[in-house]
Amino acid sequence: MSDAELLNGYLLLGALLFVCGVVCMAIKRNAIGILMGVELVLNGANVNFVAFSRYNPSFEIEGQVFALFVIVMAAAEAAIALAIVMNFYNNHTTVDVDTAEELKG
Amino acid sequence: MFVLNLLSNYVGIRTALASVALIAPNVGDKDFERLKLRIILTVVAVIAAVVLITFMLMSAIFFVWLERKVSARIQDRLGPTRVGGKFGWLQTLADGLKLLVKEDIIPTVADPVLFRLGPYIALVGAYLAFIALPFGNRVVAFDMNIAVFYMLAVMSTEVFGVILGGYASGSKWSLFGGMREAAQVVSYEVPRAISVLVPVIVAGSMSLSVAARAQSGPFWNWYIFHDPFTFLAFWTFFTCGTASCKRAPFDLAEAESELVAGFHTEYSGFRWLIFFMAEYGSMFAISGIAILLFLGGWNTGLLPFELSQQFGIVGNIVNVIVFILKGWFLVFVMIWVRWTLPRLRIDQVMMTCLRYLLPISCFLLLGVSCWQLALTRLGWLDNVRYLLAGGSVLLVLLFLVKALTSASAANPTQLMPGPWQLDRAAVPDVSQSAGPS
Amino acid sequence: MNPKDALFVIVASWTGLSAIAVVVSQNIVRSAAWLLFSLAGTAGIYFLLGADFVGATQLIVYVGGVLVLVIFGVMLTAQGPFISLKTSTGDWGIAGLVGLIFLGVLSSSILFASWPVASDARMKDAAYSKSSVALGQAFLGIKEVSGPGNVTSFPSNAPRTRLPMGYLLPFELVSVHLLVVLIGAAYLARAKRRLRKPR
Repeated sequence: MSDAELLNGYLLLGALLFVCGVVCMAIKRNAIGILMGVELVLNGANVNFVAFSRYNPSFEIEGQVFALFVIVMAAAEAAIALAIVMNFYNNHTTVDVDTAEELKG
Repeated sequence: MFVLNLLSNYVGIRTALASVALIAPNVGDKDFERLKLRIILTVVAVIAAVVLITFMLMSAIFFVWLERKVSARIQDRLGPTRVGGKFGWLQTLADGLKLLVKEDIIPTVADPVLFRLGPYIALVGAYLAFIALPFGNRVVAFDMNIAVFYMLAVMSTEVFGVILGGYASGSKWSLFGGMREAAQVVSYEVPRAISVLVPVIVAGSMSLSVAARAQSGPFWNWYIFHDPFTFLAFWTFFTCGTASCKRAPFDLAEAESELVAGFHTEYSGFRWLIFFMAEYGSMFAISGIAILLFLGGWNTGLLPFELSQQFGIVGNIVNVIVFILKGWFLVFVMIWVRWTLPRLRIDQVMMTCLRYLLPISCFLLLGVSCWQLALTRLGWLDNVRYLLAGGSVLLVLLFLVKALTSASAANPTQLMPGPWQLDRAAVPDVSQSAGPS
Repeated sequence: MNPKDALFVIVASWTGLSAIAVVVSQNIVRSAAWLLFSLAGTAGIYFLLGADFVGATQLIVYVGGVLVLVIFGVMLTAQGPFISLKTSTGDWGIAGLVGLIFLGVLSSSILFASWPVASDARMKDAAYSKSSVALGQAFLGIKEVSGPGNVTSFPSNAPRTRLPMGYLLPFELVSVHLLVVLIGAAYLARAKRRLRKPR
């Protein structure tokens, strides 16, 4: 495979991870399942960044720097999201997001 | 056999590198040259992988025997003496055969996929670390310039095997053991990484080869003697490494008297063996990092020159042997500590990490940065090395002298006073003073 | 097919299949296990792309940190009925359709665009392969580019200049952000005292 085909391959993988994450966020009823979808989305975007950093002639390490920042922020966000889910579980004894409708109406 | 493997590995890698250097300028070369290069690189990669897994498993076999012998001697008994001669050399082989032919028991409430998956995740996490571990000068499967960071990263994936094993067993004791163990391992990774940064700052590179090459020559070049902060960093790294390998005195979650056997309660036979190979593999990897960063790597520390530069490939073989012996010695120290010190409770384990080791390692990081900066202004600070090295040698000699000439060493069998003494006059007769007064 | 392409196919299919398994799996613990494989596969992709430091960071932060956190959350809340919460078939249909359309849009935009691609000489370039040195310098505020710094896309073997415009400020901001998140998460997850009910 030439470089262009390989780059397309990496970008397609990033797109696949992103779409899997979005569908996971949409489909899962468990709050932690939704969090897993968020992680997949961020990973897909990261793969895109690093692939461009490697193959695009204008970038040297900018993509890797951004990917590192995204990884760090994703870790922070996962911690807070899990703290929120734990609080929800302590208050409602369920992690089913379909029951989280007290603010409705 | 192992030496031949290593030789062919070394020669193969050098040949491959030479061929890369030869054809690199000519990008549009003949197809045959490219095919030859690809075949060489694939074969070299496969040889390296096979050599590393063979070494890891053979070391694990040796460590099981060593543990049984050392624990036996510390507990004043003999250990295995029957299988394979007077010292039980083949005991581990017999153990392995027994485990292989044992019945494969999987609990009915266990998650079948995750139960089978757990041990292999732990083994892969331990094995991948060996890829970046240099055994000698340029004797490394893949010389990364972030070798120590990569090794710590890959060994942190082992905790997932523990968690999955604990959960998938379907029993609440395994789950508790797995969760406690995961909390402990993950907590101790932080001071472990910070203690590793201390010699990395002194070496100027995260590459283990660079750090070990900088410690060539006499033993006062070793980083453990470089300044007081790296000296303390070795002890904190070793403690954190022991804790993150789930070894005593931090082995609450897998202790026999606690949660039956923690996360591997329900594992029998071959799966248990895989968990233990992973544990011994990561013990050797941690010892390897400690040796390369603190204890001079593959250098003997007694010669003023570097062996492989003077004597070529023979010197490198000696380097590899020295590194392996040092690694085995540090694992022996881990086993020794396990059978000497009592176990810590889980809250003591977490307190040690968060209240003591983490602030200490941060302070050491700050200290070594200041020391490196101060060294550029005050060059005479370098002489602290000789002080530390000489002091340590003196302490070791003092300890040896004291241990060998003490009273208990001279009279090994001292009975405690008790009713088995024949001198009845010395033992007070309690039968008359007993009874209601 | 050379080993590099073969490795890419293996690692990419491993990652993609694990990601699909995360979505499809009904059991939340098994989803977490497939997520582990997906993240580890992504780390392998980073190693294939020559980004060693990012790959190792992915392993240590995502697999050894975030995923352990997620699995702790799963274990603490996976009591019986919550292990497999089933979604209705209608929801599956809509989500699947939307996902496929989205994937189609993304793939067509990827395949129809002609991306500028650097030559493979970059991998052999010494300055690029020592990526951790370049990354460290970038986070300290120094950026090395090939050629004079005012124009981009010079070939990799042009003489390099050092620019004083690195990523020090975002680095410091992210550090402060992490501190804030640490305090926030500790506050959110504190053990709350139960209020005594007035008699």
